[in-house]
Amino acid sequence: MKILIKGGRVIDPANTIDGSYDILIEKGKIAAVEPPGKITSENPEGTKEIDATGLVVAPGFLDMHVHFREPGFEYKETIETGCQSAAAGGFTSVAVMPNTNPVNDNRSVTEMILSQAKAKGVSNVYAIPAISCGLKGEQLTDMGELAECGAIGFSDDGRPVMSNELMRRALEYSRMFDLPIIQHSEILDLTLGGCMNEGRVSTELGLKGMPTEAEDIMVYRDIALLPKTGGRLHVAHISSAGAVDLVRDAKAKGLPVTCEVAPHHFILTDEAVRGFDTNTKMSPPLRAQRDVDAILEGMRDGTIDIIATDHAPHAELDKQVEYSCAAFGIVGLETALPLSMEMVEQGVITLQEMIAMLTSRPAQLFKLDKGTLSVGREADVTIFDPAAEYKIDIQSFKSRSKNSPFDGRQVRGRICHTLLKGKIVYSGN
Amino acid sequence: MSFPHKDLLGINQLSKEDILTILDATESFRQISQRPIKKVPTLRGRTIINLFFEPSTRTRTSFEIAGKRLSADVINISGSTSSVTKGETILDTGYNLQAMNPDIIVVRHSTPGVPHILARNLECSIINAGDGAHEHPTQALLDMATIREHKKTLQGLKVAIVGDISHSRVARSNILAMNKLGMQVTVVGPPTLIPLEMESLGVEVSHDLVSAIRDVDVIMMLRIQAERHNQTSFPSLREYSNLFGLNAEKLKKAREDVIILHPGPVNRGVEISPDVIDGNHSLILNQVNNGVAIRMTLMYLLLGGSDENTD
Repeated sequence: MKILIKGGRVIDPANTIDGSYDILIEKGKIAAVEPPGKITSENPEGTKEIDATGLVVAPGFLDMHVHFREPGFEYKETIETGCQSAAAGGFTSVAVMPNTNPVNDNRSVTEMILSQAKAKGVSNVYAIPAISCGLKGEQLTDMGELAECGAIGFSDDGRPVMSNELMRRALEYSRMFDLPIIQHSEILDLTLGGCMNEGRVSTELGLKGMPTEAEDIMVYRDIALLPKTGGRLHVAHISSAGAVDLVRDAKAKGLPVTCEVAPHHFILTDEAVRGFDTNTKMSPPLRAQRDVDAILEGMRDGTIDIIATDHAPHAELDKQVEYSCAAFGIVGLETALPLSMEMVEQGVITLQEMIAMLTSRPAQLFKLDKGTLSVGREADVTIFDPAAEYKIDIQSFKSRSKNSPFDGRQVRGRICHTLLKGKIVYSGN
Repeated sequence: MSFPHKDLLGINQLSKEDILTILDATESFRQISQRPIKKVPTLRGRTIINLFFEPSTRTRTSFEIAGKRLSADVINISGSTSSVTKGETILDTGYNLQAMNPDIIVVRHSTPGVPHILARNLECSIINAGDGAHEHPTQALLDMATIREHKKTLQGLKVAIVGDISHSRVARSNILAMNKLGMQVTVVGPPTLIPLEMESLGVEVSHDLVSAIRDVDVIMMLRIQAERHNQTSFPSLREYSNLFGLNAEKLKKAREDVIILHPGPVNRGVEISPDVIDGNHSLILNQVNNGVAIRMTLMYLLLGGSDENTD
C-alpha cells in the first residue's frame, strides 16, 4: 500500500527543507519528496491519498523523556497506552525513563520493555536504563550489556545522582559506549519536603519551597566533572535561570553538554500553584517569571537543544490528595504541539526551529536514525494543522492518566495524522 | 449585614468591608457569653463538624463552644480517629461527611490548601481552622477584634510580629488582614525563619527585636515550635530566647501603651517571659475570649445570617 501526502507544507529541518512538496510513501519508507504534482501514481487504486492542503508535514516527533510506568505502575500508564498517547501527540519515537518497578537497571527489564513495545506499541520505543542499580546512587548498572540491548543513554531520572564519586565514574564509564548521562539536577537536602518553587508564591501559600539553587548547584557540579571525565552530559528538564546560564557558558567552552526543556516550564510560572491544583506539582517545579524568561532566552539562542515533555502520568488517586502528598509530574505528550506553538506565536522560536527541537535535534543528540523525511528512511511522519484552534480537553487524551494543568486552555495547533513506518497510527478530526 | 461567601478559607478572600462586617457583628455575639444562660437558638437544628487532622485544644474547643452557644449540634473528629490512616483520601472523608448533611465543616490540616480542596468539592460551608503554614483566618479575625477592643481603631496602627514567620499561618493571615485594614507590619526574626521575598507581602523585615518594637502599638509574639525545626533553623532555644524572646527589660524600650498578643499555646520563658505573659500589657486571654465570639459570628454569617433570635 502506497500513501501519497499531497499539497502540504513540508518542513524537514534535517534537510533544511521548507516548502510545498508531495511525499510518496512506499513499503513503509519515504519513496519520494517532490514538488506538487510531480508524483503521479501508476496505480491510483492502490494508493491512499492524504490531502495536506493548509497543513504542515513534518518528520514524526521524538520525545526523549517519557515515563510509561510499565512494569509496575500499569494503573497510571502502560507501554501500549503511552504509545497511543504519543501517536495522538504527533510523536513517533519516545525514550522511556527507568523509574519503573522493578527499576530498568538490567537486561531483562530493558528487553521486556522493548519487546512489549514491539508487540503493542504504535511508536518507536527506546530505553534509557538507570545509571545506578535500583536508582540508589551507589553502584553503576551493567552499562555495557545495557548498551548492547539498545540503551540510548542512562539516567536515574526522578532521582538525581547525588554522589560526586558515582557521577564522575558514570561520566567516565559511559564514554566507552558513547552514550550520554542524563541528569535530573536536584540537590536533595535543599529540596527536602518541598513541593513547589521557593519564592514569593511559596511564601504566600506557606508551602515548602524548592530553591532554584538546588538545580543550579547540581548542574554546576556535573559540568565541572566533564573536562577530565570526557563524558557527555544531558541536563533533563532544565528549569532555572542559573542552570540555563551554566549550560550556555559550558557550551561556549566547548564542553559536551546538552539540555532539554519541558513545555510546562516555558508556559507556566509558580503563580499557577495558587488554588492548590495538584496538577501544577512537578519536579523540577514551575519556576518564577525570571526563570521562564531565561528559558525563553535559552530557546532563542540555542542554549536549549530540544523539547521533551517529561510525560509523567499519575492516576487520580495519586493527585486527588493534599498538595504536599500529591505525586510530582504531569502528562505531556498530547499537549506538546499546541504549547510549543505558543512559543512560535510569541516569536521566541520559528516554526522550523520548533520542529527541529522535536525532530532533527533529538535524533542528532541521541544518534538515532530518525527525525527526518529523507528518501529511503522509515516513513515516520506527523501532519498537523498549525491554525486549528480548540480547547484542550483532558478527557480526549489517549493516555491512561489525565493529570494536566492545561485542561480547558485555548490553544492553536492540532495533530491531524501520525504515521509510523508508513502506517497511519493516529488520525484526529 | 451581607456576607457573600460560602466558605471562610482565608483572609485572602475577604474585603476590608467583609472584615469590618465580621468585627461589628462580633460585638453582639460577645455579650451572649457574658450572660448566665449562654445559649441562643440561632443555629438550632444545624450540624457543625470539627474535622481536626492536627492536634488542637484551644481552637477546637473554641469552635465547639461557639457552635453550642448557638444551639448547633457539634461533632468532633480528630486526626487519630479519622480514616486517613486507613488510606482514605481527604476527599473521600469529605464526601462521607457530606453524606451526613452537615452545615459547616471546620477543618484543620497540616497541608496548605486542604480546606480549599474540600470547599471546591463539597456543598456545605468550610471554615479553615488552620492549613499548614498558609492561613488561620479566625485567629487573625479574633486578633483584629482584640486590637480594636483596646485601641478603638485599627487604621494606622503599627505592629511587630515576632518569631517563626516561615511556619506561621497566624502571621500570614494577620499580615493579610492588617494590610487590608491599613496597619503597618514589621516581621521580626532570624533570617532563617523569614521566608524568601517576604517584603512582597507588604511588610518590613527586621532582625533586631528591640529596635523593631520601639515604636509599635501592638507586639504579636509567635510560638516557637521546637518540634518543627530541624537543627539548621537556629542554633538553640537559649540563643533564640536571648535574641528574640520578649522579657520585661526589652519591653521597657517599647511604648507605654503597647499591647502584647500571642496566639498560644505559649512557651513560657522561650519566646516570652512569664512576667510579660502575666503583665498588664498582655491580652492573651482576651484573645481566647474573643475567639469564641468571632467563631459564633462566622457560623452565623455563613449559615445565612437570619436576624432571628440573636439577642
